[in-house]
This record gives sequence, structure tokens and C-alpha cells, in this order.
Amino acid sequence: MKKYHVSTTINGEPVEFLCEPQQTLLDVLRDTLNLTGSKEGCASGDCGACTVIVDGRMVCSCLMLGVEAEGRTVTTVEGIATGDTLHPVQQKFLEHAALQCGFCTPGFIVAAKALLDENPNPTEEEARYWLAGNLCRCTGYDKIIRAVLDAASEMRREAAE
Amino acid sequence: MTFIGKDLKVVGTRPIRPDGVDKVTGRANFGADMTMPGMIWGKIKRSPHAHARIKRIYTEKALSLPGVKAVVTAADFPDIAAEEAFAGEAIMDFRDLSRNCMARGKVLYDGHAVAAVAATSPAIAEAALDLIEIEYEVLPFVIDVEAAMAEDAPLLHDTLFTQGVEPKPSRPSNIAKRINFTKGDVEAGFREADHIIERRYTGKPVHQGYIEPHACVAAVAADGQCMIWSSSQGHFMVRQYCAHLLGIDISNIRAMPAEIGGGFGGKTLVYLEPVALALARKSGRPVKIVMTREEVFRASGPAAGSVVEVKLGAKKDGRLTAGEVVLKYQAGAFPGSPVGPGCMCAFAMYDLPNASVTGYDVVCNRPKVAAYRAPGAPNASWGVESCLDELAIELGIDPLSLREKNAARDGTKAVHGPTWQNIGYAETLAAVRAHPHWTAPLGPGQGRGIASGFWFNIGGESSAAVHIAEDGTAAVATGNPDIGGSRASIAMMVAEVLGIPVERVRAIVADTASIGYTFLTGGSRVTFATGMAATEAAERVVEELKKRAAMMWEISPEAVEWRDGMAYPAGPNAGAFEPLSLGEIAFRSARTGGPISAELSINAQGAGPGFGTHICDVEVDRETGAVKILRYTAIQDVGRAIHPAYVEGQLQGGVTQGIGWALNEEYIYDGEGRLDNPGFLDYRIPVASDLPMIDTVLVEVPNPRHPFGARGVGEVPIVPPTAAVANAIYRAAGVRLRDLPMSPPHVLAALDKSDG
Repeated sequence: MKKYHVSTTINGEPVEFLCEPQQTLLDVLRDTLNLTGSKEGCASGDCGACTVIVDGRMVCSCLMLGVEAEGRTVTTVEGIATGDTLHPVQQKFLEHAALQCGFCTPGFIVAAKALLDENPNPTEEEARYWLAGNLCRCTGYDKIIRAVLDAASEMRREAAE
Repeated sequence: MTFIGKDLKVVGTRPIRPDGVDKVTGRANFGADMTMPGMIWGKIKRSPHAHARIKRIYTEKALSLPGVKAVVTAADFPDIAAEEAFAGEAIMDFRDLSRNCMARGKVLYDGHAVAAVAATSPAIAEAALDLIEIEYEVLPFVIDVEAAMAEDAPLLHDTLFTQGVEPKPSRPSNIAKRINFTKGDVEAGFREADHIIERRYTGKPVHQGYIEPHACVAAVAADGQCMIWSSSQGHFMVRQYCAHLLGIDISNIRAMPAEIGGGFGGKTLVYLEPVALALARKSGRPVKIVMTREEVFRASGPAAGSVVEVKLGAKKDGRLTAGEVVLKYQAGAFPGSPVGPGCMCAFAMYDLPNASVTGYDVVCNRPKVAAYRAPGAPNASWGVESCLDELAIELGIDPLSLREKNAARDGTKAVHGPTWQNIGYAETLAAVRAHPHWTAPLGPGQGRGIASGFWFNIGGESSAAVHIAEDGTAAVATGNPDIGGSRASIAMMVAEVLGIPVERVRAIVADTASIGYTFLTGGSRVTFATGMAATEAAERVVEELKKRAAMMWEISPEAVEWRDGMAYPAGPNAGAFEPLSLGEIAFRSARTGGPISAELSINAQGAGPGFGTHICDVEVDRETGAVKILRYTAIQDVGRAIHPAYVEGQLQGGVTQGIGWALNEEYIYDGEGRLDNPGFLDYRIPVASDLPMIDTVLVEVPNPRHPFGARGVGEVPIVPPTAAVANAIYRAAGVRLRDLPMSPPHVLAALDKSDG
């Protein structure tokens, strides 16, 4: 099958790749670019394990074609930390034991970052509805929500300093 | 040595888990994340029929598609004889397992594997599946358990004769087994009763719903040595089952543990690994297979659906005199539902003088069930815990008092045989009574329910190795996939014994060639059994460290004491020496006898049973039938919480799965016997906005058989929720739901009926 040439920016780096027209962005990230942090849990946009940020917007990378990444800026879970410094959401996930198996965690980390970029002071209910597109089967969400709210308050504290 | 009652520095704290950073940064490698040089892609052709005879499979067209490297069918697997395998909490037969991985002669459910291809890209493999033609003779099918038990039901296996009935049946049946436990005189017990209640409760199969689909990569070298990388609850299990199913020596298979993206019992058997190995063997290339979500639903094990009939007799004061339960469990396409454990769990929490429990294991044209968190117990407790609530209401006693009056305590002989020792059920009830949730006011249209749950927990075969590095840091290797934080709990126990900070202990999961045999991660056994092996290995290392210090000081090892990671002279008589740290001893180990390490393989006994009681508040929307969980408190005897945050997480996760089971989850079949909802859109598991915070209370009645007092904790919490929710719904809305799930249409229908 004929492949298309795509130029994009992923986690701050210019990236070019070739992809078949039916390949999703998730296929490209995982199988072509070896960015396996984004997970495939359903391939239908129901579980959120493949969540990435495209031009500032949270999307399921399984619902976007690779060719649609042309000219766009993509952030995956691999691009959330700054060098060795974890993003507050990542740090709080660790401190609150907000993961068990850790498979849904990349999607939650990206989705939570997107939430806090848009709303630095979410209520518990707002956090629960924002993250309702990310399925976790291990934790019952309790510690995830606590981690996200704690990260939000830490980021507000940091911003105020 | 026991650490129970001692002042501990690491156990009971909440350190960051050793595998945590990799998991929040996307670096952790799960089943589907592995690639190998030359790797190709496998896909599986599945049956569109619930029940059909396979007349012929045409593979030529698929094989001639450019890029296709191999096609396999049952003809590529040995036709193996019936032989029972010990699968922990589920019964499993190798012949059935083989035929579940690849249908032979007949397909037994929608989604049953019939053939597989391997090709140079996923797209080519997918295209090749369409080129495989299969001639079927479609057969009558049966989906539901009582229909499958009927005399004239379509038979799945003409070699299946009901076990456990006398005389031995002469005709085959879909009832694989009948079992019974009886205690006392049941008839006399019911005669003694002032009040008798008899009810029937049903439930649909539900899926474990792990977010990571099954995935593996298999490679076979020219000399026959095989490597399997897969996401499973036991890589030793993967090695053993693949060897058996393909006729390979166990030592020729090295199974590597991927990070596992959830299992809950559903990854305690193989689906893909033998197929990937067969394709790799035939193609000479490493083969990766990853299930789609639809395949996970259609072809991997759900939990059994069931019909549960409960009869209880009690005195006016609530004291139970007799109980009788009949459990009919769907096994799916092959025998092996968890009806046995279901029977044992039904009355395990109660001091019941007279009781009878009968169970039926019934095959039907659905995927073969797999273990799911306390397999069999939620079904039985859905019935018994709901019925107890109905009894409490009829007797005018509060449901907590009814349980307190009948609770099993130390010395109680359970219906299924054992006499309880060191159990903490009554302590969980006392914790309910003391909890502010129990007496918190409720608003209009709101109700509160309670229910209890029990699980055995298991021990078993485990290996662990502790190695001291030259700088005094340590590594601990075990053979259990870490499904929910066990590397953290094991590193903590080892750090406690060595007397060093947990950050100085690196815990890893070793492959099958690098550590002794370890039974799979299941039965809530890892922190108990493998933790026991790791603790004892660390204790051996401490003995060795004392020996080395003694050598350096030229005194007797008995004159050395180990405290806080340092060797001290035991007393003034031992001599005056500056203490030696672990690092100092390790640094000089070459001069005192070589590397310091210990590996231990044990068969751990004495897993303490677990009991829990849950309080649930709900509000029922009378317009839509939607049930909202307002508040939830899970109280459980955990023995000793090694890492309390991950213990709480087990309770919160189990509760949430139980709430899903209660309110929404079900397998829905169409008229042709095909699964109608094989995706997360139509099979709805709880999402964050469905739930409140899940409060937990960790009751600690130490298990004397574990060095730190730990009990398994992961399974109990899924047992109470279905009944706790139903009991709360009754008090909120005045309707008694006896069929799961209690989804809005069902609740609405019940409300309409009660209003009408």
C-alpha cells in the first residue's frame, strides 16, 4: 500500500514519518516511532489509554489517522516530564499510589495535564467528569482523583510563588 | 522469626513503588510493547457461530497472499488427552485448554478460535483472515444455564457425563458436575425455625475488564529453544501450559514477564501464547499477537453467570437455624466454573448449625469462564447476603445485628469443613458499628445497605532471591508478575529484615530461567507467600552478614547482633568493636567468602482467610431508574497492611468492580447466540464520574502464619458490593432487585411494578 509522508512535531521535536492511509496516529506512535507509552485498550475511543494532546486539545490517538498529524504538534506521555523532572501530575500519581497495573496511567497522566492546562482549579466533580473518558479497572478512581486535585493545588502554589 | 507486634520502620509506611516512575512516564513495557528483529504479526480467525461442526478449512488462498508466512489450525497442535491441571482457583483440563486456544472438530461459542495467520504487517494478516474459508455445519446452541441443564438441551460435548451423582449417568449432559456440602440436620433445622424465607437471585456473566488486551510475542530458534514474552498472571504458568499444549520440553521455553495491564484472574490461563508459538515455529519468525477489545470480550474468560436459590430459617430473635443454597453456574464452553468455591463461600461467614449447599457446573455456548477476583464468591454472596437482608426486614431486626448474632468466630466450624482460627469477621462488624457512616443521616429517596464477603486466600509455591551488591544495596527477585504493587510490598519486607531504607532495595520480576518455580499471581497470594519466601531469604542473608562480621572481628557469629542494617557485638563479652554497616561487610565480601545472597523456594501454608463488610448509600432516580452511589465504606480484616495505600487501593478497586457488576455490566446475546456488546461502549464499566470516593477501614487481625501477619486482601472486596447496593436500593426505593445488573431499565421496571 502506498505510504504518505507526514511532517509533525512530537514532544517538542520535529518528526517525519511514512504511514499508510488507514494507520491511526496510535499505530504510528507505537509501531513506527516506538513511542509505546500510549496504549491501545479498545481502538474505539472508549478507554482513553491512548490519550495524547494535539495542538493543545486532548484526543484519543486511536481515533485520529496518522496522516492527520501533518503540521500538528503532538504531546504524548513521553513528553510530559521535563527531562528528569516529573510533571506534578506524575509526581502526585506516585505519592498517592494512584496506579496499580499502570496500563491506563499514561492516558490519565496526559488527560489530567490537559485538564490542569485548561482549568487550574477543578472541583472534584469537574475532575471526575473530565476524566470520565479514561477507564481504570484497578483503582476505583479514588486515588487518581486525589492525585489530580493535589497536583492542581501544588501547581497553583508554584504559580503563586 | 516473626515480626508481628514488633516496632517496624518500613512495613506499614507508604513509600513510592519501585516501578512507579516507569509507569507514569510511559517507559514500562507491557505485553504489546515488545518488538523483535524480523518480527511478524499474527491474527486469529474466529467462529461466527455459537455452535457448529467444522467440516473443512481452506487455507490455500490465505497462504498465497504476498506477505503471509504461516497459517495454523488445530491440525498444527497435538490432539492431547484429558488431564487436569492445577490452576489455582479454577479447574482446568489441558485437553479443554488446547481446544479453547484452537477449536478442533467443533466451535463452541461465538468468537472461538478456528485458525490463525502470521504476516509481515497487521493489515496483511487481517486481509489473510478473510481469505480463510471455513465450511460449517451449524448446530443448535444453548446460552443460559437453566436451559443448558434441561433434558432436551443441545449437547456441547457427547463425552461429558455428570460427575458427583449416583448412579453414574448413562447419558451425556451439559451438567459437568454436581457437588454438595452438608452440615448438621437441615430438615430439623428448618423445623426449629420460627421464620423461613426462600428466594431466587440471578446474575449475568461479567468480564474482568482489564484495560490491557491479551498480548504476546513468541520466537522459536532453529535448535528448538523458545522465548515467550507475554502479559500474564504467571509466566511459569505460560511456560508449563505452552509446553504441554505443543509437546515441547519445559526447559526449552523461556517465558519472560511483561508488565501486566490488569488481570483480576482473567490472565491465569493462555489464549494466544500457544498459537503464537505454533506460528513462530512454522514461519521461522518471531510472531506478535495482540487481541482487539472485541476479541477480549468474545473469546477470553468472563466470570460465570448464575442462578442462586437461597432458603434461610431463623428464630424470632434472628438466630439462624438452617440454610439451604442451590448454585447453578455457567462454565462456558468447557467445564470448570468456580461453583466449588462458590459453594464453600456461600455460608462461610456464618455460624450455621444446619446447612446444605449444592452446586452445578454447567457448560453452554459461551466463552469458557476464567477466574475473576474471588471466583464464585460474588455469585453466592449476591444471593445469601441479599436474602439475609430480606430476612432481617421480615424479622424487624437491623441487618448489622442479624450478622453480629450469626457471625463466624474463632472455633466456628464452617459448613464446608474447616474450623476457623484467627479470623476477623466479627471485628469488621464491630468496625461498622463504630463507623460514623453507619449512623449518618440520609435524605429522602436515599437508602443504606450493608453486606459482607469472604475469601479463602491461598499460599503455595514461591521462590525469591535476595542479592547484596558490593555497596550494600540489595536486589530481590521473585517469580510473580506484579499486578498491583507487589514489588513495593516485597521490597519493603526485605528492607525491614535487612534494616535498610526501602530505596536501597531493588525489586524485580525474574523470568522462568532466572528464579525458581513460582505459582501464578492469583488467590491474593503474592504478598503472603512470595513475601514469606523473600522475608526468609532476607533472614538468611542477615545470618550470613552476621557470620561475615564475626569473621572480620574474629569472634563467634552468635556474638553478633543485627540492628538497623549494622552488625554490633552482642554484648560486652563479645568484645569492643565499632559496628559494621551492610556496605562495609559487602565491600569486603570477597575476602570473607564471596558474594552474599540467598535464594529460597517454599510451599507457603497458612494463608489467613479474609472477611469484609461494606456500607453503601444510594439514591434512586424514580424517573430514570438510575442508581447513584452516594457514599461507600469498605471495612476489611487485612491481617497486616504492608503498604497501606496499595491495600486501600485493592479495596477501592474491588468495590468498584463490584459496583459495575451490580449496576451495569452484563453479557448480552442476540437470538443467534452472538455476543451483542463486545466493546466498552455497550459493556459499561464504572467511570470516574459514576463514583464517590471509596472510604476504607483496614482492620488488622494478624495472620500468625506470616512473618508480618499479612493476609491476602485483593479478592474479598469484590464480594459484598452487589448485595450491599441491592440492600441500599430497597431502603431507598422500596423495591427488591433480585436480578443483576440493576441497570436503569431493570430498576425502572421494578419501580413501575411497585407503583402499579
